Amino acid sequence: MFTATMAALLAAMILALGRLYLGPTLYDRVLSANSFGTKTVLLIGVMGFLTGRPDFLDISLLYALINFIGTIAVLKFFRYRTLGDRVGPSGDRQ
Amino acid sequence: MSALITDAVSWALLAAGSLLVVVGALGLIRMPDFYTRMHAAGITDTLGADLILLGLMVQAGFSLVTVKLLLIAAFLFFTSPTSTHAIANAALTAGLKPRVAESPGAGKGSAAPEGGEP
Repeated sequence: MFTATMAALLAAMILALGRLYLGPTLYDRVLSANSFGTKTVLLIGVMGFLTGRPDFLDISLLYALINFIGTIAVLKFFRYRTLGDRVGPSGDRQ
Repeated sequence: MSALITDAVSWALLAAGSLLVVVGALGLIRMPDFYTRMHAAGITDTLGADLILLGLMVQAGFSLVTVKLLLIAAFLFFTSPTSTHAIANAALTAGLKPRVAESPGAGKGSAAPEGGEP
C-alpha cells in the first residue's frame, strides 16, 4: 500500500520534472519546483511510514517549511534582482 | 477486525490521494497555459496531499505521529495557497498574459494571446 503510494508519488515527481524542463516561462519552472517540493514532503512522510520510523515526519515538516521559503525567495529575486541581504556602499541594504 | 477496517480505510484514502497527485502532475504537463497549469498544481497541493496525509493519520491512530501529520497538513493548508498566489502575482506583474479564447466572431482562436486578425 505504501509502496504503491510511493510509486505514484515518484511518477508524479518525474512529470513535475518534465514540466520543469519544458516550462517556457520562468514561472512554469517555479510552479513545478514548488509542486515537486510538496510531493517530496509527501514522499518523505510515506517513506517514514514504510520503514516504520516516525521521526521522518519531522524531516517532511521541515522540508515543507524550506520549500515555501525557497519559492518565495526565488520569486523575490526575480522581481527585485536582489534579496536585500547585501549592504550597499552607502550603507543601505541592497 | 478493527485493524482490517483501518487498513481498508487508509488504503482507500492513500489510493485516492496518490491518484489525485498523479492526475495533478499530468495536468501540470498537459495544460496549455501557465495559469491553467496552476490549477493542476493546486489539485496536488490541496486535496492530493490532504488525502495522503489523512490516510497516514488513519494508519497511525491516536499518537504523536498523528499530531505531526496534523501539523504538516495545517502548514500545507496555509502555505500552499500563499505560494500559489505569490507565483501568480509575480507572473501577472511581470506581464505574462493569460491565453484567452477569441471572441466567437473572430474565427478560430489563435495561439498568440493577443489574437491576430482573421
